[in-house]
Amino acid sequence: MRLYFKYMSILFKSQMQYRTSFLMLCIGQFFVPFSVFAGVYFLFERFGGLPGWTFHETALGYGVVHMAFSVAECFARGFDAFPRLVVRGDFDRLLVRPRGTVVQVLGSNMEFTRFGRMLQSAVVLGIAAGGPDVGWTPAKVITLFLMIAGGVIVFCGICILRASFCFWTVQGLEVMNIFTDGGREMAQYPLDIYAKWVTRFFTFIIPFGAVSCLPLMYILDRTDGPDLMYMAMPLASLLFLAPCLLVWCIGVRHYRSTGS
Amino acid sequence: MNAPLALLKMRFLTGLQYRAAAAAGVLTQFFFGLVFIMVYVAFYRHAGPAQPMTLEEVAAYIWLQQIFFTFIMLWHSDYELFDLITGGGIAYELCRPWRLYTVWYVKLLAARLSACALRCLPIAAVVLFLPEPYGLSLPASPEAFLLFVAALLAGLLLVIAISMFVYLSVFWTMSPVGSILLIAVAGEFFAGMVIPVPLMPDWMRQIAHLLPFRWTVDFPFRVYTGHIGAQEAIAGIGGQLVWLAILVAAGRWLMGRALRRVVVQGG
Repeated sequence: MRLYFKYMSILFKSQMQYRTSFLMLCIGQFFVPFSVFAGVYFLFERFGGLPGWTFHETALGYGVVHMAFSVAECFARGFDAFPRLVVRGDFDRLLVRPRGTVVQVLGSNMEFTRFGRMLQSAVVLGIAAGGPDVGWTPAKVITLFLMIAGGVIVFCGICILRASFCFWTVQGLEVMNIFTDGGREMAQYPLDIYAKWVTRFFTFIIPFGAVSCLPLMYILDRTDGPDLMYMAMPLASLLFLAPCLLVWCIGVRHYRSTGS
Repeated sequence: MNAPLALLKMRFLTGLQYRAAAAAGVLTQFFFGLVFIMVYVAFYRHAGPAQPMTLEEVAAYIWLQQIFFTFIMLWHSDYELFDLITGGGIAYELCRPWRLYTVWYVKLLAARLSACALRCLPIAAVVLFLPEPYGLSLPASPEAFLLFVAALLAGLLLVIAISMFVYLSVFWTMSPVGSILLIAVAGEFFAGMVIPVPLMPDWMRQIAHLLPFRWTVDFPFRVYTGHIGAQEAIAGIGGQLVWLAILVAAGRWLMGRALRRVVVQGG
């Protein structure tokens, strides 16, 4: 863990060397998803609502998912850029060092310009939390943080899985974007508005539902069943992370260098 | 064969090599299209069918958007051109006996055409046969289809003329980020890429109608579904050509200015 923070501070310092460019990118990152949120807002203005969901409730789920996505993009960037590491053969260097590969790859790249995006998600969360539908209690606040943390873990898991495939294909697999970008686009709306098979896939296979929709029910006081179960739901993301890490470990053993 | 045409053909064939990327693109586009339509299905279930567009028209709008994604997205970044400017390669370009604006325009056109040639048919073949309400309906009439093709092509030429300004701006900023990115995002929004223009609130629709962006996405797709009638469509294509003339003229003028004081970077 100490090593990870060391990586973090070095990368942060190096990115701060280009301060103007850094700020511009941050501002850009703030506004890019903004147009998506504006789209959601205008659709609600036009249609009045979704079956069973008001604007503020949807915005809460949207904020959680986008926050999780941007945090994951910031800190799991190393896995995102992993194909380059394999193609250039630089992964060899990581293997000879006496530390775990996961920490080293995580530390190989971080994208701090995603702060802009996090800020935007925080604004959305603020708007949503100030809405009329929620009576906040400490337990609900904890659930909200659990949801975000769970979301980060899910997105990281997908990133690790995608990177693991590089061990076999060398090239990055763009198809996996369906689960990162596509998963984000999809989970920004309440999952139960989709067709049944989609909802099931994204709850039981890739647990977006477990980190956004179901705990959200608890925050909105719509549970039927023990509250604790809904609160603990985001922990299911750990169940998802485990097989991803397993695939990674198998992949590392399978690795053949490409570099020269 | 003259130079721009030969270049168009060459670049088109180069673009066709990227088949794996196209396959991934097809799947992604397909998934996104389905998700978007499901969202609209839910919205219509809540609010009833009395809207400025029917659900069927929205579905067609979304599928066409996915099918012709490489035609209409503003931000189809060609890093080769950026590198020419920031890496000093521009000096070689300037030595060659051709008009730079035309050459770049043709390069961008070829990239979009080849990307679309690989992607559009597989998606179209599937979505035409999807069940209601997820499928793409047939065009409103044969005339509507012909007008749609004309409007789409005019829109394509227009998109490239607009995106050219992004490349030109790099002459001044040296990096394609920040404010330029914002213009691209706003442009895509006003083009109807995020939500269809007819579903926007009135005041926003009025802004969209003043800008050139909506002619590239919103207009051709609504001609397809018959949401815009034949007469209006013909007038609209005239409007597209006027915008095209204005933007190309402005782009050329700006490029002339950029090249007069161009600084060759790198060594």
